Amino acid sequence: MTSPSTPIVEIRNLFKSYLRSSQRVPVLEDITLDVADGEFLALMGPSGSGKSTLLNLIAGIDHPDSGLLRVGGVEVSALSEGELAAWRAAHVGFIFQFYNLIPVLTAFENVELPLLLTPLSRKERHEHVALALRLVSLEDRMDHRPGQLSGGQQQRVAIARALITDPTILVADEPTGDLDRESAEEVLGLMDRLNREFGKTVIMVTHDPRAAEKARVIRHLEKGLLNHVPA
Amino acid sequence: MFLLKLILRNALRHKLRSALTVVGIAVAILAFGLLRTLIGAWYLGVEASAANRLVTRNAISLVFSLPLSYKDRIKQVDGVEKISLGNWFGGIYIDRKNFFPNFAVETVSYLDLYPEFVLSAQEKSAFLRDRRGAVAGAKLAERFGWQVGDQVTLQGTIFPGNWEFVLRGIYRGLRANTDQSQFFFHWDYLNETMKKTAPRRADQVGFYMIGLAHPEQAAQASAAIDGLFKNSLAETLTETEKAFQLSFVSMSGAIITAIRIVSIVVIVIIMVVAANTMAMTARERIAEYATLKTLGFDARHIAGAVFGESLLIALTGGVLGLLLTYPAAAEIGRRLAQFIPVFRVPPETIWLDLAAAAAVGVVAGIFPSWRGATINIAEGLRRIG
Repeated sequence: MTSPSTPIVEIRNLFKSYLRSSQRVPVLEDITLDVADGEFLALMGPSGSGKSTLLNLIAGIDHPDSGLLRVGGVEVSALSEGELAAWRAAHVGFIFQFYNLIPVLTAFENVELPLLLTPLSRKERHEHVALALRLVSLEDRMDHRPGQLSGGQQQRVAIARALITDPTILVADEPTGDLDRESAEEVLGLMDRLNREFGKTVIMVTHDPRAAEKARVIRHLEKGLLNHVPA
Repeated sequence: MFLLKLILRNALRHKLRSALTVVGIAVAILAFGLLRTLIGAWYLGVEASAANRLVTRNAISLVFSLPLSYKDRIKQVDGVEKISLGNWFGGIYIDRKNFFPNFAVETVSYLDLYPEFVLSAQEKSAFLRDRRGAVAGAKLAERFGWQVGDQVTLQGTIFPGNWEFVLRGIYRGLRANTDQSQFFFHWDYLNETMKKTAPRRADQVGFYMIGLAHPEQAAQASAAIDGLFKNSLAETLTETEKAFQLSFVSMSGAIITAIRIVSIVVIVIIMVVAANTMAMTARERIAEYATLKTLGFDARHIAGAVFGESLLIALTGGVLGLLLTYPAAAEIGRRLAQFIPVFRVPPETIWLDLAAAAAVGVVAGIFPSWRGATINIAEGLRRIG
């Protein structure tokens, strides 16, 4: 889909603002950014700097006001709501700060969720889920519900869910923000492995400098403006 | 399949909340069902009326009687096949609170007109032979523990004195809606007694019951009968048995309307309560809906999950309420037998109950479904933690 020289994420002159009590508040201003295929990028910055907003725009869960946003050759900013949903399901793996697992589903069922929207058979889905859970070393916890797992284990289930459709990019919003140090290390190690061994492009928003150390490129956002910091 | 699993597990997520909502809906459906049954019981006489039976009474009021001599003239009217007569007796059994309808009737013709009052051949024969004999409905006999052969004394109110009868038969209803709480005795016994004690009240009839050869002759025959006695001292009013019964029901029109309104109010209240519960549930799960949308599930999936849960809870409550309606109606029927002869849950109540429960589920699910389906993902994801 993309040549080696083409970045997997291409952002040009991106603007985003929110309406707060009839007043338009700019969040991102004239953002231009390229993320190479197989990159591990950390987006850092203080609260309110717009880093999560930028991540949401890249992941196709929010719309920019203007500018170009292309991911894997697809102009995401031009897709309709329905097209975006299908695109997200196929191309983006999400890792959230609070794991966002469905509490009434088991680890297995949570990981299986994105596959329910694909034409895979039950047997094929089962094989994929088992593999993903093995990759995050949770194959023995597949019948456990999120409430029966530790924070680190829940985040590993979330990573397995993010991986299950073999997405183009993995987006992680403060993936270690709710974890103790040991669990955070495990999760970061896993993300690092996915990037290095499986060549997954990872874009991670974080406050934590230790988490950012795992990234190969770090970009800082401040008051909606992007600065480059070499890792 | 996934959606069903999600609906079921979400419904069982807060067991106490779901159980209380189900119980609330069940109680509302029970109340709704019982009130509809009560309205149905009110119309029992109308429902049990035969299309080929007419009632002729004094045009001024039921309180006024008609001469016995009208019988032969009515019999001559085209289409009239059978005729019987009777009087509302209004007797009291021991105490006023023991109310039940009691009539003096021309026995042979009356039983002929009312084949739904089923008596054994032996009891019928014994009743017809004994001038002081009487028959009672099975429910009435059960209520007072009467057996065939018992002596029953009624204290007359319209016809003064103590009237002694011998119970010669206990009739059963041919159909489920046949009133089995009535008491009949010989009109001749009443009339002969009147001849002796109050001759001016003798040979006076409260109503004539007329059997037509064909129901479609009702309007024509009614007009012909009333025409016969136009401008006489006792003008008549002839109407179908159904219209006659409806005139009684219409006297209680305001009460029936009030019961109808209350039954709807009960459903509206539980709709609001269920809608509030579902809205609260949806609010708590906004982040989950946002997560599902993030993963590619669309508005239909989210709306289906919320709507399905709302319907599942409402219909569970509805079915539970419906199942409770039957024993509750049986108990109420037993306790109120003297006022309500037949308190039977009509088949349409089942559908009304289920429709009401489904309406509760639909209404309660609309807003939360819409909210879940239209949630902005970025905002929804911020709701967690």
